[in-house]
Amino acid sequence: MNDVLTVRGLSVTVRDTALVSDVDLTVGAGERVGLIGESGSGKSLTALSILGLLPEDVRAGGSVRLDGVDHELVGADERRMSRVRGRDIAMVFQEPMTALNPTMRIGDQLAEAMLIHKTLAKPAARTAAADLLDRVQLPAETLRAYPHQLSGGQRQRVVLALALANDPALLICDEPTTALDVTVQALVLDLIVRGVVDRSSALLFITHDLAVVATVCERVLVMYGGRVVEAGPVAEVFTRPRHRYTEGLLAASDLETTSRRLTTIPGNVPPAGRFPSGCVFRTRCAHATALCEETPPWTGSETAGFACHHPAGVGND
Amino acid sequence: MKRLNPSLIAGGVIVTVIVLMALVSFVWTPYDATLVTPTSRLLKPSWEHWFGTDKFGRDVLSQIMVGSRTTLFVGVVAVGVAAVIGVPLGILAAMVRRWPSEVIMRANDLLLAFPALLLAIMFGAVFGASTLTAMVAIGIASVPSFARVIRSGALQVMRTEYVLAARAAGRQPFPIALRHVLPNVTSLITVQASVSFAIAVLAEAALSFLGYGTPPPTPSWGRMLQESQEFLFTAPRLAIFPGIAIAIAVLGFNLLGDGLRDRFDPKLEDRR
Amino acid sequence: MILRLIERTGVFLVSLAVSSILVFAFMAVLPGDPARVALGVNASDEAVAELRRQFGLDRPLPTQYFDWLGGLLHGDLGTSYVSKVAIGPQVFDRLQVTLWLVVAGMIIALVVAAPAGTVMAARHRKISGLALSAFSQAGVAVPAFLAGILLIVVFAVRLGWLPANGWTPPAQDPTMFLKQLILPALSLGLVQGAVLTRYVRSAVLDVLREDYLRTARAKGLRPFQALWRHGLRNAAVPVVTVLGLQLATLLIGAVVVERVFVIPGLGSLLLDGVSNRDLLLVQDVVMVLVLAVLLVNFLVDLLYVALDPRLRTA
Repeated sequence: MNDVLTVRGLSVTVRDTALVSDVDLTVGAGERVGLIGESGSGKSLTALSILGLLPEDVRAGGSVRLDGVDHELVGADERRMSRVRGRDIAMVFQEPMTALNPTMRIGDQLAEAMLIHKTLAKPAARTAAADLLDRVQLPAETLRAYPHQLSGGQRQRVVLALALANDPALLICDEPTTALDVTVQALVLDLIVRGVVDRSSALLFITHDLAVVATVCERVLVMYGGRVVEAGPVAEVFTRPRHRYTEGLLAASDLETTSRRLTTIPGNVPPAGRFPSGCVFRTRCAHATALCEETPPWTGSETAGFACHHPAGVGND
Repeated sequence: MKRLNPSLIAGGVIVTVIVLMALVSFVWTPYDATLVTPTSRLLKPSWEHWFGTDKFGRDVLSQIMVGSRTTLFVGVVAVGVAAVIGVPLGILAAMVRRWPSEVIMRANDLLLAFPALLLAIMFGAVFGASTLTAMVAIGIASVPSFARVIRSGALQVMRTEYVLAARAAGRQPFPIALRHVLPNVTSLITVQASVSFAIAVLAEAALSFLGYGTPPPTPSWGRMLQESQEFLFTAPRLAIFPGIAIAIAVLGFNLLGDGLRDRFDPKLEDRR
Repeated sequence: MILRLIERTGVFLVSLAVSSILVFAFMAVLPGDPARVALGVNASDEAVAELRRQFGLDRPLPTQYFDWLGGLLHGDLGTSYVSKVAIGPQVFDRLQVTLWLVVAGMIIALVVAAPAGTVMAARHRKISGLALSAFSQAGVAVPAFLAGILLIVVFAVRLGWLPANGWTPPAQDPTMFLKQLILPALSLGLVQGAVLTRYVRSAVLDVLREDYLRTARAKGLRPFQALWRHGLRNAAVPVVTVLGLQLATLLIGAVVVERVFVIPGLGSLLLDGVSNRDLLLVQDVVMVLVLAVLLVNFLVDLLYVALDPRLRTA
């Protein structure tokens, strides 16, 4: 099976400050991969650099390759990137309230997605737009509506429909349900999973919510301090975490509800660029030793492994 | 930390220079600004006459120096009129109930349909053209912008806890306006005064240019421009010098206003 | 939407009514006796009384007001007390001239400001920001009539490319009309354009920060395409507000610019009226100018609704 997305040694810097370092990431065809971490861990920047939509003074380095696209995505010019965006990779952003143009009808915004890449002619695009809305369970009248006439959940479904318009090989969702009411979160998640499964698209799902990753994704990467600290199948990572940060994260979110007490990770996430050298987690880690001042090597395979000098679950396996 | 911003410095320097020039002109000018000397008409700039002379042989530099008095005088009175009416109106609109406030602001908007120049021409038609009518008309035309700015500032003050506390303690509206609201909008008043001053300088120049402002023989930059018109082909410098004076004065007051605004509220920078 | 239309129309009509009362009170009541003003202090009482009777100035003020207003609504602006000539045709003639100036000036301002402001927002932020503040400060500091004089000195006196003044109706000699229009229109337009550029830049900067522009690029639009298709209309809303205010400034600026270029427009008519103590003429011209300003504000309100669908449901 071909890998859809291959990221190697990705780094993101603003001026001289590294925000993301040395990220390796592979997404197989039709695979659903979760990317979790607290805010400031660099997960959104990773997503934006794959799409080439980083803010102006932020630079990406390393390599991002997409199956079927014969050029490197990092540093590609706007001409080439604009052909990839929306056709091969599409993205759903966090904030549905502001993601749509307030002065343009929904139908026109949907049709545009197909017209840009000339995947469909104008009349066909109108019909296809109605069909897209239907697949996110919105009535055809929505075509004539303006964004302000829709609720947050409805708008996010429109944004999803936009992203799926050209059957992208990879869909990136950046905290797509964080801004939504709890009641509509489940529906939107369901529509996302169904949308990618129907089109056999791959999914890169970014969130800080472990429960969401557990329901949506097959594989998960844990990010902290701009680095991937652990990766593996969801069931594996969530039941037998190896990195101490993953362990703390799981304990804090208490997915299993085995223990009654509320645990937190001591200390705070340092501000961007102020992470310690060596293991980025060592300043908050109860198990840290002098050894941790060296960057821990990656243990295991690329799809399942961790980077920790004192991994959990060693003696009590 | 409040550092001085470039606008404030530049504006402050320009305004200071103009004020100094006006003050010096009371005690000394190179020549008598109104002295007609037929033998030295339309002289080119020289060591004797730095900016040359006009069609009556009057020294242009002296006229510009004395003219700055007119400019400043009109500005001060116009801004004074605007502030004396506009500030209480703005505070009142912020403190009274909804519909009277609505009426005040609507009336305010209506006055905006009468720009300073138009109002001044109307005043000139009815009362005769003079420096006084020009000043009053320009002042009245500047009331709406004052009232608007002060009202929005006063509304913010009215929502603060110390005003709420004063009102809860049963203080009367007038003492509240005087003790709490007015002191807290002084920075807004200063900024608006500077901006309005620039507008007044422009309006006075335009009016005098049209012949409805300061009557001769009192030197005025606007009228110097008007008198220069017949010599545009032969002595364009007669238009250039007062023109530059007007532009620099307006620039100075605008920069001062911008600088003050940034200093009082750095967040507002770049909006507008 | 209907409600908003009715409300805006109501505000427009009430403003119009109130300002007509203000203008009437100011021009017809305040001076005391317009007939005395017209004839001068040395005129005999009989002559003044005769003039008053002739023009109905001896009737009660409300009657005079409604008579004037009724005439205005029919395009009849009355007869001058001084020249005894009908005012309406003069005003409409002159209004056309002034409108040419104002419209040409506005077009120049937009042609300068829209691309310049957009490009400056999209690229070279820091440098353009500084250059632009200098440019627009200059635009505010140099009034249109001063710009006119400077343009004459450069293009008519030094270079001799264009006539220094004068006016030819377009129907009579289109080439001459254009030649004579260029300098006055430039002096109005460049100054306004300098100011407008700053507002366009800040509106575009605001739009560039919007999430929907990122969405547009995620769809596959290139930065300028995204700005063109999704940003322009959104950026237009604040710019239109400024444009409306500027039209009023432009109209008044034209009064002075007409003087500079010796153009027989509404401004010259107004100033002639003032010098001839022709109060009714002044009153009419002022009312026409105020009507124009209010009308522009009203149209700007309607334009908002057309531009921003969010206002249609409110």
